Amino acid sequence: MEFGPHLVLAILEGLVQASVLTLTALGLSLVFGVMRVVNVAHGEFFMLGAVIAWWVTQALGGPPALGFVAALLLAPLAVGLLAAAADWLVLRRVEYDPERTIVATIGLLYIIQQGVLMTYGPDAHPVAPPFNHRLAIPWFEMTEAGVEFYFPWGLSTTSYKLFVIAAAALAGLVLWRVMARSTLGLVLRATQADAQTAQAFGVPVERVYALVFGIGAALAALGAVLVVPIRQAHYLMGGDPLLMSFIVVIIGGLGSLRGTVLAALMIGMADGVISVFFSPTLARILATGLVAMVLVWRPQGLFGRAPA
Amino acid sequence: MSARLQLTGRAGPVWGLHLAVLGVLLAGAWLLPAYHHGVLARVMVMAVFAMGYNLMFGYTGLLSLGHAMFFAAGMYGTGLVLKFWGLGVAPAFGLGVLAAGLLALAVGLLALRTVGVGFMIVTLMFSQTLYLVILYFGAITRGDEGFALARELRRLGGLDLSQPLARYLLAWGLFALVLLGTLALVRAPAGRVLVAIRENEERARMLGHDTWAHKLAVVVASGTISGAAGAAYGVLFGYVGASFAEVPYSIFPLLWVLLGGAGTVLGPFVGALFMFYLVDLSSAMTDAWMLVVGVALLLLTLFAPRGLLGSLRARLWRDLP
Repeated sequence: MEFGPHLVLAILEGLVQASVLTLTALGLSLVFGVMRVVNVAHGEFFMLGAVIAWWVTQALGGPPALGFVAALLLAPLAVGLLAAAADWLVLRRVEYDPERTIVATIGLLYIIQQGVLMTYGPDAHPVAPPFNHRLAIPWFEMTEAGVEFYFPWGLSTTSYKLFVIAAAALAGLVLWRVMARSTLGLVLRATQADAQTAQAFGVPVERVYALVFGIGAALAALGAVLVVPIRQAHYLMGGDPLLMSFIVVIIGGLGSLRGTVLAALMIGMADGVISVFFSPTLARILATGLVAMVLVWRPQGLFGRAPA
Repeated sequence: MSARLQLTGRAGPVWGLHLAVLGVLLAGAWLLPAYHHGVLARVMVMAVFAMGYNLMFGYTGLLSLGHAMFFAAGMYGTGLVLKFWGLGVAPAFGLGVLAAGLLALAVGLLALRTVGVGFMIVTLMFSQTLYLVILYFGAITRGDEGFALARELRRLGGLDLSQPLARYLLAWGLFALVLLGTLALVRAPAGRVLVAIRENEERARMLGHDTWAHKLAVVVASGTISGAAGAAYGVLFGYVGASFAEVPYSIFPLLWVLLGGAGTVLGPFVGALFMFYLVDLSSAMTDAWMLVVGVALLLLTLFAPRGLLGSLRARLWRDLP
């Protein structure tokens, strides 16, 4: 096995993981940043996105691309509406008390999981990718005649995986643009900075919270729709994204979107690369242990600023 | 003296109530039908787990999301010693509890540097790390599958611990010990300091109490008791498995304590008993136990944040500890 081409492959796999992780973690980070609550059901919203994507493609039939585009639009919308409703019915009533919110979202987690288990079943189902060309990975060799390109045997990626990376980057840019340049972003940032003052200036804080909770869940669902043609939809698939998003959000600094993106890229890549060369369980042990240590010594995260 | 008595209520009725509960449970060892006999033995062991949890969450206000690690440390500490060293039940139990206590000390020293949400996430992460470590050393721990403890290993003196009566009585003994110990602690001055920390840590420190030492001590006590529950579960029911280290087993004690009433001595037992029978009865109609747990959690946070005994205390008996 040649090291160079395998490293390229590992980096590509890592990038796919990192881009999905970025979207999921951005959702969690947005909710924590603006609302100051931890949403333990975040992984279940991810799982719901994947399951709804499967339902939509099954219901529509036809060419895979049609179903996929419909799922890409419908799944985040449906999950977002559901999350906003949960916020309105439950979280608003416990007044966003951090501890009671955690208990309530644990309750949501179990309800969603059981609901999907009873309707969707315990089996994993695949969703067909809209397009899937095999792309061989090129590598070069220095010969006497100069640089010579060739394709090492058996090493390839797919066009769909490249699309996932591009789509996640696009979604991230849109979110950044909304947060930084639009009126909605201004309202969100004002609420994040000081909810009471924002309310005094006429911001409907309760509705903003419902919206943010919905957007956060929709981002997780979007990440799930992108990943479901690569990995199948399953009712227990939410645990891993939840844990990884937690790790990313903490390392990136709770509530800092820029830190979240940086940390997601770093950790997604590291996880992907380490998993290709070493045992995935070992990678996870190191990651979770390190994160706990980061929180102990730098509660504000690696990229976060210390509270003034 | 009179001031303290007022704070903690008159001793007679309080001790009377708890001793009466213990008496009824002891009588159950001979009176209960076989099925409920088994369920109650399990509930008492789980109530010990929940009482350990309650010390931290209910009395001191430290919400841990990783108590499964202490339960699992006690369980694996005992189970692995029994299986590989063959020391006998009593030393194995002691070593298992010791392992949980040491783990609690280490976790306490690190995690208590954080507060609030940070504390929850740090405990969750440490617990997850232990779970992954158990999976990683699957050659020894048998990973997800776990291992059964053979019947001939589970003998204490001449007692066969797989016998229902012996199992029930030992579970009762541990339960009684921890229940009375908790009751004595929360009525002692040290217990009042814990409540003071829960209500306002800053003010407790201003009054001259070493809040850090109290919090560390309570984490160690809580972890040790939870570890004892895990060790007892492994020995009495003969199974050691990684599922006991997973996230749900960190959530269950929280659920039981919230349901029964956080910061009440009997609350964890009431909550565990209620939840076991709720899941049991509902599983006759549906196998959707997660739905039952989820809805129970939602309803609790929305309508009864103080739990069953907590509401009782607020309405009827203000001195209930």
